[in-house]
This record gives sequence, C-alpha cells and structure tokens, in this order.
Amino acid sequence: MKARRFSAVSGHSFLRWLLRGCALILCLSVGGLLAFLLFRGLPALGTRLFFGDVPALEALLGRQAVWDGLWPACAGTACLVGLTVLLAVFPGVGCGLYLAEFAPPRRAARIRLAMDILAGTPSIVMGLFGFTLILFLRHTFWPGVNTSLLLAAACLALLVLPVLVTATCEALEAVPPGLRTTALALGFTRRQAARHILLPAAAPGIRGGVILALGRAAEDTAVIMLTGVVANAGLPAGLGAKFEALSFSIFYTAAQYQSQEELLRGFGAALVLLLLASGLLACARLLEARFRRRWQGEA
Amino acid sequence: MRRNREHTGRAVGEATAFPAAPASLAARSPEAACGCPAREPGEGAGWGTRLAALLAVCGVGLLFVMVVAAALPVLLRPGPGWPLEWLWQPYEGHFGILPMCLGSLALATFALCAGWPLALGLCCWLLTEEARAARPLARLTGGLIRFMTTIPTVVYGFAAVFLLTPLVRTALGGTGMCLFAAGVMLTLLILPTMVLVLEAGLAPRLERLCPWGQALGFSRLDLLRLFVLPKAGRNLAAAAVLGFGRAVGDTLIPLMLAGNATHVPGGLTESLRTLTAHMALVTANEVGGAAYNSLFVAGLVLLLVNAGASLALRRLGARSGTRGGAGS
Repeated sequence: MKARRFSAVSGHSFLRWLLRGCALILCLSVGGLLAFLLFRGLPALGTRLFFGDVPALEALLGRQAVWDGLWPACAGTACLVGLTVLLAVFPGVGCGLYLAEFAPPRRAARIRLAMDILAGTPSIVMGLFGFTLILFLRHTFWPGVNTSLLLAAACLALLVLPVLVTATCEALEAVPPGLRTTALALGFTRRQAARHILLPAAAPGIRGGVILALGRAAEDTAVIMLTGVVANAGLPAGLGAKFEALSFSIFYTAAQYQSQEELLRGFGAALVLLLLASGLLACARLLEARFRRRWQGEA
Repeated sequence: MRRNREHTGRAVGEATAFPAAPASLAARSPEAACGCPAREPGEGAGWGTRLAALLAVCGVGLLFVMVVAAALPVLLRPGPGWPLEWLWQPYEGHFGILPMCLGSLALATFALCAGWPLALGLCCWLLTEEARAARPLARLTGGLIRFMTTIPTVVYGFAAVFLLTPLVRTALGGTGMCLFAAGVMLTLLILPTMVLVLEAGLAPRLERLCPWGQALGFSRLDLLRLFVLPKAGRNLAAAAVLGFGRAVGDTLIPLMLAGNATHVPGGLTESLRTLTAHMALVTANEVGGAAYNSLFVAGLVLLLVNAGASLALRRLGARSGTRGGAGS
C-alpha cells in the first residue's frame, strides 16, 4: 500500500514524461526520415523523372522507349499489381464468403488457421515458393520455362490473399443481421441471399480490401526479386516476359547508382512509391469508413 | 441503395418462380440449416465459393509442399556442402547457414528489445494523455502510426542508406552498415504493428474501467498501470510475438543496411547477414548447386519460425485481422 502511494505521487509525473519521451522519439525519427525523403525527392518530381528526354505522349503510347526515366518501372508495377489482383480476387473474395456464410465451424476454423499462417509467412518465402516451382517445372514438364510476370503475379496473389479474405469476412460480418433474417424470411435460399443481398451490401468493404491488397502488392519487393524482376527490361512485353518494377528500381538504385542523376531518380522513385502506397491506404480507409457509417446509420 | 432494391426485387421474382415447399421453411433459418443433415439444394455453398476456398487452401498447401520438398532431401543427406554448419565459403565447398540464422536472431532480438518497450510506452501515452494541450498531438501521433504501416520497407531502407548510415559511420566508426543501423530501422518497421495490437487489446478494457475508476479519483494512467496492464500479459506477449515474426521475415532492411558479411555476428557495430538477405543474395549471384540447397533450407527455417509465431499468436488469442502481414 505504501509503495503504491509512493509511486502514485512522485513516480507519476516522471512516468508521464517518460511516455511523452517515447512519442517524441518516434515522431522525431519518422518525421526526420520523411522530411529527408521529401527534401531530396521533391525537386526530382516532374515529367522528366518519369519520361527522361522522351516526350510524354510518345512514351505513354509506347512509340518511343524510355531509358532514363521511371515510366517502364511504373508500367511494370501497374501490370504486376493489376494481374495480381485479377488472380487473387476470385479465391480471396470467394473464400471470405465461404468462411463468413457457409463453412461449418470446424472447417472454418481450419481455413482460418491456414490464412493466419499464410498472413505470417515472410514475403521472401513466397518468392522462394515461386522459384522452386519454376525449378520443379523446368526439371519435369516444361524445360523452357523461366521466371516471369505471370509467376511473380501468382506469388504476389498468394501474398495478398489473406488481406482479401479478412476484408471480405469482416465486411460480411458488418452487414446488419436484420438484412440476413429478412432475406431468409422472404424465402431466399442462403445462396441466393449471399449472392443478391449480402455481397452487394458488403461490396464497399470488399472494395476497400481490394485496394489494400493493391497497396501490399505494389510495395512488395522481396517476392519479385526471386520471381523475375530485372533492372532494365523496358515496358513489360507479355505474361511470360521479365519486367521492371518501382520497388525493385529503388533497391537497385541504392545498391548500384553511378551518377547523381540516377541517385536523384532513386529519391523520386521512393517518393512516388510512398505516395502511391499511402494514397491507396487512404482510399481504403475512406471506403471502409463510408461503409461502416452507412450500415450503422441503417441498423 | 437503389441497386440493392433492384437486386432484391429480381431475387424475389426468382424465388417466387420456384416456390419452396412450405415444409422446408423451418429449415431455412441459418441455425436449423447448420444442424440439418439433409440440405436443401440452395442452402449450402455454391460450387464457385467452394472452388475459391479450395483454391485458397490449396495455395497454402502447395507453398508448404514445395518448400519442404525442396529442403528435405538436402537436410537428410549430410556430407560435404551440408547447410547446417558454421562456415560459408562457396569456393571451398562450405555452405553453412548457421551464421545467418544467428544473424536473423540477433537482429530480430535487437529490434524487439528496442521496439517493444517503445511500443508499450507509445500505446500507454496514446491511451492516457490527459493534458489538453497534448490531445491534438496524441491524435497526430496516432495518425502517424497508422501512416507508418503503409511505408514500404524498401523506402525505409533507401532513406536509411542515405540518412542513417552516414550518421552511424561518424558515431560508431566502420562502414555504417551494421547490426545497429538495420536494428534501428527494423524497430521503426515493427513499431506500428505492435502499437496497434496493444491498443486494440488495452483500449476496450481501459474504457470499461474508466467511469468507475475516474469517479474514485484514479487518473487514466493509474487505471492503466494498476489495473489493466497486470492482467494484459497475453496481449503484451502477442505484440512481442507479432513484432518478432515481422522482424525475422523482413528482407529489404537487412539486405540494404546490415552489410551482409557472412561471419558470425559479434557486436553492435559488426556487419551481419540474415537468412532473408542471404536468400535474396544467393538467387541474385549464384547459379545452382549447393548454394541453392542452402537457399531451400533457409526458406524452410523461415517458414517454420513464422508458422510457429502464427500458431503462438492464435494461442494468445490475437485477432488475425489486426496483423499487417509479414514485411516485404
């Protein structure tokens, strides 16, 4: 009792200042990093950063190749991310729907366990998975196969799968139960209710999950390092071709830059990727907030 | 909302076109359908959802099968070039990855030792700050922490190579690429995840206590310190396990900042190589043979460590939704 009174009186303000110190350390270090990035990266932003000396329209239409700009890397990232989401949306949303609506409890627990383990798997292990898959295929059925855009997208799809499953599950659970009961009372089968009532009602939440998955796929570097990204490939030529990506070009610049101009481009790329990732997260949060407000208003 | 109504209308039309037998109406409620052995045709999942769930689970299964199948033959055949030894000298036929295991462990431990108390302090501060002037600051810090979850690790690494490394070089000597630099950045990387998990666990309990506790004259900080934290052991452990998993799994920060020397790490200013960085380097520089074998074993070790962390998290009851996934 005595010790407690002591700590409550004199230890109190010390503790409070200690906690404030923690916050200060965090704000200073992260603020310093961000300020440094902005300070070095902002002057580089502009059409020159993306297209080099090539006119923007020519580069966008693919008539002229861009060698000293970020455009091929941006296009590569866009293709990669688009393909990833294309591959991941069906299993992700479908699995989430199955988990939330149909799965018997024991099976649901098992699928959730699998998703938890998948969510905890380091991304480089996903890359290794793609790598061993290619080695395996090369030794067995398909000797000519090589790491490519499609393989990288497939591995990334596996990486973002838990994000999609979790988002779908949570969106479906947030739909008010009254809607479900009403649908059943009107004579819907459960499958019809899921298809025509619950999925449309949960759509904004699921869309938020898809955008989160986009962000995760765009920022990831380790997976694509093992599955076919290269430093100089030009625009992605097809599903079976090597490709460039924004995140990898940042890593490559830090390791191998040879001139101040390349370094500046690296800072520009880092800033672009940061803005892209945070913009996507902001979108996802906004969608989620609107979704919650809508159903809370109605429920 | 209009779209919803259209859907509803159409679906009702379909439903009335095929009227259900009145006897089956009782089985229509979800509770009844769960326990009912004889299912209605529309009650179970459609083939599409089943296929999707099957695909997702098969993906996980295939991941494990491939990684284990690649690593097991290597592990079961000890001999020259066996990966579980203490020396990495490819030209002399030594492909040991134990120094890298130790490197991963050292780096993750450093990040956890620095990051976990910091995360706890931050979380306590965010929950208990009462000075009116500091409230907006606390809200700002909370926003900053949420923003930090989106910063790509490669951006952290890039900024640190040009900002932190020179500082470390002048302060501690050496090249600046060392355990300390990588550890500091990893701390920042795992911090937001840990703070968010702690907050999600502690905030509801604190809010539940607040009306009574404050009426009795306790401050929020006292309530948190004397009543919430002593009972929140599982939550604190969950945050630590989660942070450890993320720190072990991250690739880019150790690869860019830790220097990648292959000896056993000795101190804060020494260069080291982690398992993740080792995997990235081997695939970039080698062309098969025994070096690849070490790659597969490293992958298996990482997979097992992180699967173990996930299982431990489930035991501790942390929700899967709050985790941000392993780093890139």
